[in-house]
Amino acid sequence: MAWYVDRAAQVFVFVGGISAIVFIAGIFVFITKEGLDFVLGPLSLGEFFTSIEWRPTSNNPTYGALALIVGTASVTGFAMLLSVPLSLGAALFIAEFATGKTRETLKILVEMLAAIPSVVWGFVGMSIMHPLIIRVFDVPLGLGVLNAGLILGLMAAPIMTTIAEDALKAVPDTYREAAEALGATRWEVIVKVVVPASRNGLLAAVLLGVGRGFGETMAVLMASGHAINLPTSVFDSVRALTATIAAELGDTVQGGNHWGSLFTLGILLFIVTFVINLTADIVVRGIRKK
Amino acid sequence: MVDAAPETAVANGIAGPAYDEPPIIEVRDLNIGYGGKAALQGVDLDIYRHEIFGIIGPANSGKTSFLRALNRMDAFNTAMEVRGSIRLNGKDINDWRNVYALRSRIGVVFPLPVGLPLTVYENVAFSPRLRGIRKKAELDEVVERCLRRAALWDEVKDRLDSLGSLLSGGQQQRLTIARALSQEPELLLLDEFSIAVDPVTTMRIEDVLKELRSEMTIVLVTNLVQQARRLADRTAFFLMGELVEIGDTEDLFEGKVTDQRTTGYIEGRFG
Amino acid sequence: MFAATPLNRRSHRNQNVARAVFFLMTVALVIPVLIIVGTLVVRGGPALSWEFLFTAPRDNMTAGGILPALVGTIWLVVVALLASVPVGVAAALYLSEYAPDNLLTRTINLAIINLAGVPSIVHALFGVGAFVYFFRFGASILAASLTLAVMTLPVVIVATRESLQAVPQAFREACWNMGATRWQTIRKVVLPNSISGILTGVILEVSRTAGETAPIMFTGATAFVAFLPESVFDQTMAMSYHLYYIATQATDVPEQLTFGVALVLIAIVLAMNAVSIAFRVYLRGLKKW
Repeated sequence: MAWYVDRAAQVFVFVGGISAIVFIAGIFVFITKEGLDFVLGPLSLGEFFTSIEWRPTSNNPTYGALALIVGTASVTGFAMLLSVPLSLGAALFIAEFATGKTRETLKILVEMLAAIPSVVWGFVGMSIMHPLIIRVFDVPLGLGVLNAGLILGLMAAPIMTTIAEDALKAVPDTYREAAEALGATRWEVIVKVVVPASRNGLLAAVLLGVGRGFGETMAVLMASGHAINLPTSVFDSVRALTATIAAELGDTVQGGNHWGSLFTLGILLFIVTFVINLTADIVVRGIRKK
Repeated sequence: MVDAAPETAVANGIAGPAYDEPPIIEVRDLNIGYGGKAALQGVDLDIYRHEIFGIIGPANSGKTSFLRALNRMDAFNTAMEVRGSIRLNGKDINDWRNVYALRSRIGVVFPLPVGLPLTVYENVAFSPRLRGIRKKAELDEVVERCLRRAALWDEVKDRLDSLGSLLSGGQQQRLTIARALSQEPELLLLDEFSIAVDPVTTMRIEDVLKELRSEMTIVLVTNLVQQARRLADRTAFFLMGELVEIGDTEDLFEGKVTDQRTTGYIEGRFG
Repeated sequence: MFAATPLNRRSHRNQNVARAVFFLMTVALVIPVLIIVGTLVVRGGPALSWEFLFTAPRDNMTAGGILPALVGTIWLVVVALLASVPVGVAAALYLSEYAPDNLLTRTINLAIINLAGVPSIVHALFGVGAFVYFFRFGASILAASLTLAVMTLPVVIVATRESLQAVPQAFREACWNMGATRWQTIRKVVLPNSISGILTGVILEVSRTAGETAPIMFTGATAFVAFLPESVFDQTMAMSYHLYYIATQATDVPEQLTFGVALVLIAIVLAMNAVSIAFRVYLRGLKKW
């Protein structure tokens, strides 16, 4: 009897285990299924990647996603300029310098930062940052690369900080003690021992941060100005891939070309994030083998 | 190998080992390795019912690996490879469809005691409950009997509801012995059980083991050669993964050995 | 003999500079949390009242309260948990207690990382394609909650797996040695000693689920319904989507009202998060072995 219960339980948890694979495959299958008619039909890869004319609703629709790709890239890039140094610095401080209560408090605050919903971030971008940017920089519009990039940088920071801190903590204390016994200061230990030893983990942290920024939807939709544009300054409005789907899917007809084109953007997003996550995983696995 | 029962057992008035019956354990050409590294090689031996079978030898001689193989614990550790045959009551232990039923008939006590994070009572009632005993009175009786035998009852009878995992090391060791006894096993495997226990308690437990021999077969792995001498009917000497010698305990200790290394170890010249 | 050399002194100064710089970087990251929460409290606080929490919006969202959105968020979270917790706990049990180290297990782990990493809007597309159209649930609480469930599944799996793995292996082996089956071991020793850690993960998932917007926009959330949901096949308002809607789509909404909605949303999310953190700290203090 107990033996049969054990077997049944094993089957049940196994099904739970493979569900993750089923879902990730399901996501790919369903977005491909909805996007396929468009990909095989009106999609021209040349136009998609080189034209900035995203006019899916015009009488003569064009589907150039270049501006959207550039929009996503510029916002993510700007966010990373801000976020990578801050996050790695914060991770170093929390892992190597902070102790006791300070450390716990900072970790909790970083966790709180991660918990703020993206729609609230977007709202902060619109209602707090937007007027602030107009006033500080004396520009006509505060919604753009700068606003969305700042917001996105803060959103991607907690994941980078947490993973980078884990990577730093994974360096055995014996390394630090050995170096300090030779007379190295904490700073020299960090530069010469800890950072080199955790290089892969730090790289994975940055990759996952990029993935987070790249896939963010609501905050970018609300803070970027959502205008199709190749930006020439950080105050220009841009439009992101994710935001385009969020803004337009509600107005499409199921199975139509516009609908299919949005799912095609989804396929692109899926593939890029998949590659980023896969790379991060391989990089992390690299450390564990050592 | 069919000798008369050792005199000590007869003198104590307790039934001696059943050397005239088929062995309870038959081990043939047993080889154990971990990830390709050999831990035990080419072991053949028989263990008889109602016998206390001692195994002595220095660290890394393969004693613990041998015990783990008897209980099919290789299933817990993918690196552990077991080849050869082990028969329990004439049936190869790998032919048991239900390995859990096999393990429930074998009690094990390891040197590092593991008190489960359950109450003391539930630690000892765990196995009886698995067997389907539900009645409170019956469980109470088993728990008390096993704790008494493991020389723990007096210390814990007033706090049966405290966590077993928070007892002291020595108490946890006796708790694991009580738990093994609660299985009412045919075969009791003890691996250096006295490491965490004080000498007086060790003596009390040794006395209990002598009594238990009438109910079960005991395999006693020990790093204390004198403990083997006090308890074991027959003793095997393992050295670096090899079974060097096996014989009547008294014979070994009187120097009747086939390999001088045995005498060397017993007399403390190495190990 | 131990007088500091110039080199010593320089490296010591470097250390202090580094410490200060890294500290400022950390502060730069965490200060915004305090500013955001502070601003929302100051500008949204005055909007809060019992009437705000317990009435429906009026006059094209320009007045009234948030009751249908609050109730809708509760529906979405509860249904999503009902779907994801059993699956997530089963998956974690498999990975922690059964899975051998093989290709399948590595694939499952990779799938979990990807489920967590796929953009929320892609989850939304999946929800639309799979739950709304293919399974014909329509835009409904069911479709939206299932989308949320798939998206937050990794949170439950990772938290549960961690708390299962915190139970020492020796306890499992002790049970197996008494002849307990794997399942009996899990039920009697492993789960009882990790249930609080699992609960921490579930609370964290509530916090994530309550704040998500993109996945529910096209799968079940709607800008306005005058009545509270009665079944999982109804569409519903939700706090996160309500904030998006009144911040971007509706016109003439008083600023105070929008800030009030944002404040309530962030209060729910951060409160759940704080409970989860407090619970974790409390558990760390409990010694069971």
